[in-house]
Amino acid sequence: MIRLQNLTKDYGSLCAVGHVNFEINEGEILGFLGPNGAGKTTTLRMITCFLSPTSGNIEVENMNIYNEQLEIKKLIGYLPEHNPLYIDMTVYDYLKFIADIRGISNFKSRMKEIIEQCGLNGIVHKPINTLSKGYKQRVGFAQAILHDPKILILDEPTSGLDPNQIVEIRELIKELGKEKTLIISSHILQEVQAVCSRIIIINEGKIVADGSTEELQSAFQNKTKLILELIAPENEISEISNNIKEITILSISPLNEITFNIEIEFDSANDKRAEIYNFIRSKDWILLEMHRESISLEAVFRNLTIEGGER
Amino acid sequence: MNLSITITKKEIKSYFNSPAAYIVLVIFLLLSGWFFASPLFINNQANLRTLFGIIPLLYLFFVPAITMSLLSREKNTGTMELLATLPIKDSEIIMGKFWASVSLIGVGLLFTLVHFITIVLLGTNIDFGAIFCGYIGLLFLGAVYSAIGIFASSITSNQIVSLIISFFIIFFFFIIKFFLFFVPDFLVGIFQYLSIDYHFSNIIRGVIDTRNIIYFVSLIVLFLKLAQTSLENRNWK
Repeated sequence: MIRLQNLTKDYGSLCAVGHVNFEINEGEILGFLGPNGAGKTTTLRMITCFLSPTSGNIEVENMNIYNEQLEIKKLIGYLPEHNPLYIDMTVYDYLKFIADIRGISNFKSRMKEIIEQCGLNGIVHKPINTLSKGYKQRVGFAQAILHDPKILILDEPTSGLDPNQIVEIRELIKELGKEKTLIISSHILQEVQAVCSRIIIINEGKIVADGSTEELQSAFQNKTKLILELIAPENEISEISNNIKEITILSISPLNEITFNIEIEFDSANDKRAEIYNFIRSKDWILLEMHRESISLEAVFRNLTIEGGER
Repeated sequence: MNLSITITKKEIKSYFNSPAAYIVLVIFLLLSGWFFASPLFINNQANLRTLFGIIPLLYLFFVPAITMSLLSREKNTGTMELLATLPIKDSEIIMGKFWASVSLIGVGLLFTLVHFITIVLLGTNIDFGAIFCGYIGLLFLGAVYSAIGIFASSITSNQIVSLIISFFIIFFFFIIKFFLFFVPDFLVGIFQYLSIDYHFSNIIRGVIDTRNIIYFVSLIVLFLKLAQTSLENRNWK
């Protein structure tokens, strides 16, 4: 378990992280989300004992970062942002170096597992600077999980990768998340949505939201937006809102001469879909499509991090 | 302390993985060889005095060149973050780097034993004690300069800046002896004690005095501690 208490980090007069409190339980996969410069990396660096807090405390498995740094570092696997590597080493030498410092005794058998798990087949004896970015990232992963840590901290693990590589890395993360406590920082929502069970959104050094993916979505979803594709006479479409109470037509846009795209909004508590369908049937219009637009986390994120951060 | 050996191994590998170490070694050996060999028959003496005289000067360029990257490159490429989040103490990182630099200097000195063999073959009445002491002295001198270089490397992420800083600190200790004429009488003793050359010339005369050893060791400890403090400050402020 990781507990952050009143954690603050100032760089001179700039407050990078201000009075942050949260706990991460064992086995949780936490997405740590925020725009660039929100304080994600600083927070992770404090948990990994790279930076010290200006004030406040962090406990990892009931050990304190001020007194038991070495013990904490042993528990944590960390993939820093930008994935720094000794590029003049071969993959094997690099991992051997990490293993020596971590005191891994069964290096040979562990190496076999890691090569399998991270897909490093065929590149083990290549110098790191000859590898593609995706492979470098895998080497970074291998470094982080080499000692089979209880806690894994990944700082923007997919930044700069192409979509195929992102999918591969995500699969790897999902696989690892089955047995470890995981913290993943990102400014990309889909990524966090895809793998995390819990999300903390941080902005300007302060936590603005904390909850499961569904909780965050539903907290912002008090209106439902319905999108219809309809073949109907244009001048009659507005009758929908005249005949059904408590709905508003947001827009009507023609797709061609007879087909229209219509956006309707109503309170989520009061489902109007059946009434709308019945009305359309009674008019003998042709309904081509009807779907709800769920408010995405994207919108939640924008709300929280741009429009003043009020919740 | 065995973790520092892991760091040392890594650094030595990285020295010999890049051409830089070979270039520096070759230049070092060419220059020292030339300075040793050219006056050898003029002096007509079977000793290594000229070699012991020139190597401290060569160190002035050679040691900053091999220490400049030790910490500043880690900072520059971000691998410092990796190293600092591994379960290793800052002191072990510093010691590892220090031994790597001293080892490379040792390799350089090892090659100069060629000159020793030359005089053994050519000369008679060789003062083996003085030569042994001379090499001990050179190794200590290299260690002191390495400690200074590592300190310089710890305070910047720019290798060139690190090179310049270590050059000037070493240069300061190197030229103190020339200031002896200008300082007031009551300070002469202190300046003389600070001068690296004063202690080194004692040793190459064939006298290993504890005072000289204490001087070298205390400089090494001082600069390595400073380097450690500088690392800790950056990581842990």
